[in-house]
Amino acid sequence: MEMQGIDKAFDSVAACVNCQFELRSGEVHALIGENGAGKSTLMKILAGVYKKDAGTISLRGQQVDIPNPHAAQVLGITMIHQELNLMPHLTVAQNIFIGREPRSPIPYLLDDAKINQQAKELLASLNLHFNPKMRVGGLTVARQQMVEITKALSYNSQVLIMDEPTAALTESESEELFHMINRLRDKGIGIVYISHRLEEIKRISDRVTVMRDGHYIATKLTADISIDEMISLMVGRTIYESKPEIPDHASPDIVLEVRNLNRGRELQDVNFSLKRGEILGLAGLMGAGRTEVARAIVGADPVDSIDLTVNGRKVHIRSPKDAVQHGIGYLSEDRKRYGLITGMDVANNVGMASLRKFLRAFGIIDDTRVSEAAQQQVKALAVKTPSVKQKVRNLSGGNQQKVVIAKWLTADTDILIFDEPTRGIDVGAKSEIYKLLNELARQGKSIIMISSELPEILRMSHRIIVMCEGRITGELSSNEATQERIMQYATQRGGMVTALEESA
Amino acid sequence: MQTGTVTRENPATSYTHRILKSEAIQRILAFAALLIMIIFFTLSSPNFLRTQNIEGIFLSTAVNGILAVGVTFVIITGGIDLSIGTVMTLSAVITAKAVSEVGLPIGIGILCGLLTGALAGLINGVVIARMRVPPFVATLGMLYVAKGLSLILSNLAPIYFDRDSGFTDLATGVILEIPDIISIPNAVLIFFGAALIGSFVLGRTILGRYTFALGSNEEAARISGVSTARWKIVVYTLAGFFSGLAGIVIAARLNSAQPALGQGYELDAIAAVVIGGTSLSGGEGSILGTVIGAFVISVLTNGLRILSVPQEWQMVVTGAIIIVAVFLDMARRRGK
Repeated sequence: MEMQGIDKAFDSVAACVNCQFELRSGEVHALIGENGAGKSTLMKILAGVYKKDAGTISLRGQQVDIPNPHAAQVLGITMIHQELNLMPHLTVAQNIFIGREPRSPIPYLLDDAKINQQAKELLASLNLHFNPKMRVGGLTVARQQMVEITKALSYNSQVLIMDEPTAALTESESEELFHMINRLRDKGIGIVYISHRLEEIKRISDRVTVMRDGHYIATKLTADISIDEMISLMVGRTIYESKPEIPDHASPDIVLEVRNLNRGRELQDVNFSLKRGEILGLAGLMGAGRTEVARAIVGADPVDSIDLTVNGRKVHIRSPKDAVQHGIGYLSEDRKRYGLITGMDVANNVGMASLRKFLRAFGIIDDTRVSEAAQQQVKALAVKTPSVKQKVRNLSGGNQQKVVIAKWLTADTDILIFDEPTRGIDVGAKSEIYKLLNELARQGKSIIMISSELPEILRMSHRIIVMCEGRITGELSSNEATQERIMQYATQRGGMVTALEESA
Repeated sequence: MQTGTVTRENPATSYTHRILKSEAIQRILAFAALLIMIIFFTLSSPNFLRTQNIEGIFLSTAVNGILAVGVTFVIITGGIDLSIGTVMTLSAVITAKAVSEVGLPIGIGILCGLLTGALAGLINGVVIARMRVPPFVATLGMLYVAKGLSLILSNLAPIYFDRDSGFTDLATGVILEIPDIISIPNAVLIFFGAALIGSFVLGRTILGRYTFALGSNEEAARISGVSTARWKIVVYTLAGFFSGLAGIVIAARLNSAQPALGQGYELDAIAAVVIGGTSLSGGEGSILGTVIGAFVISVLTNGLRILSVPQEWQMVVTGAIIIVAVFLDMARRRGK
């Protein structure tokens, strides 16, 4: 299988530029790169999920066209997505054969005995010994994945694409998956393995292809490349635009302290603190648990345990409303869904989190005062809008983000948690947001900034903590931080960290 | 101030949730509720277990039960059909017109009624699956259309069947009877027949399998090559067909088509489905549960009436039971 010169753009943002990829049968070929490097996009083109803008795909030397997932299936290409495509209420066998059930001689009648028998044989051929009559919803994620793999192979797939297959697995489950991958390789199936976990890649892959910013970078034999080399290929040699503005005198006051934050396997023993006027960068790869930390702090999700101290006082935050009362605001990565009411005007959005302040007698909202407060913020934050009566929907991404910030400032929050503050914002507006964050920090607001863009983390953060798989794996001051060091921590699994700490 | 640890309740570990999460439990709950009600009413009133009363309960379950069986399919796909009540009436009106005014044989009249229901369901399905109108809105529209058409076609007046035509025997006649013990009205046989067929279709055919698949993960089914739109249309058509059947049964019971009747039946049917453990969010459910749910409602109504509870209060109790049933369903779901 070979892909050449693949281009793909979404809304004129290029996701893949002149990309190439090659896969031999009986090979495990790893595809690596930072978040947004274009790995998944490239593979979704191969699996027929996206249509390519340019380029060619050939299979066994013959050029092929893959307009939809079904066409890919017919060609023997199957992708196992991160979000598994299973029907939780149906049984294992029913899931495997959905859409092509063995029928009884009477039309429309199912032959369940045959479905279960065939599923059992398929599972057995892969050395899987679980009951085909089990409901998929009751299986562990690892087993659900095995069901997807079984389903894929039942289409006689020759190319199997796995997108972050171990993201939700425990170590022993991953081990089981690797055995499975080895068996499939021995059967001559070509496997594309997308993962952030470089140790895994080192272990199971034959070759590695690196992508960065939508470009093909290199393909190497796994045996010839070290993990450090992989990291440096992934991050490239980009020069940082500027160093963070760090105040001369770091404030000693700790405004927020998080201790003993646990939730199942998602968050494990997260501890950190935030000082007044500090911008704390929270780095990590997708699924590392950064957003979960933020949501846990503001009480948006249930947790197993958390000790929170705000301004030296222990507090119990059970809901986002409590968080606001303690001066903590969370600015979601998905502004349109969680941050703004886009159909309402700027003034109402700015006042949304603090409407109580603007009430007249009998609970009537004093629109004049809301407008005044909004006008003040619009001016202070330089929001570009014709008036505060403008609907938020009509503003640009950067200005929408400013409206969200204005909302939290109006609500008198001193601790602001920004989740991907510049996602979907164009480059020019980005630097304005950066300036604003610096200004807020100077005024004594404390900021936690979650970001997947390493240059952004490096440019803004006074201090950086790195997470991987629900744990904090490292802390870096701004002058010791580099993209490489962050990536190292971000790809470290729990087991290794403990080992490192013990040896240190 | 020694401990600042907040332990927010994690539903997955809570004991009550664990009890409720087992699959069969909801059905058992409904069945247990039914038994408890029967025992309670039997102890409270000597009239409850009388043969005549039991026959009455069966008869009053039939129409709602048939509607509920049809809408169970729709609800398992994660959809809803609000039009079944008035489509039932429209089918009754069409049958009555065909037989009493046009003078067609009863068999043909029945066929017309069934086809009317199926056609309304087909239109619902097309509007939902092809035109992408949400099921709630599409079937709400059909509710009014069918109601309006019933009134127009009947000139706002009931249409009666000829007393000698034997049409009422369809519902109130008896072909199954254990002499001196109980006689089962035909309407009940039709209901049980419909439930058996529904149960078979849901459990053993392609249509049933895809009904669950649609409600469980429509996108996954689509990617696996299931023509989801087509099967959705089939499901709504089936629900319409069952409404047609219910229309014929109710017309036979009343020996007439009552054009003003119908609205409100959809809610009783949906209540029966929900009490029977079918999830409104789709993916799970059973016909047996729906049958039990239908009996829960009619036993409750009947028992409260025997105890001379005013009709207003009957409604209050029924409403409370529906809420409790759905609450248990949601609690079970969260526990997963």
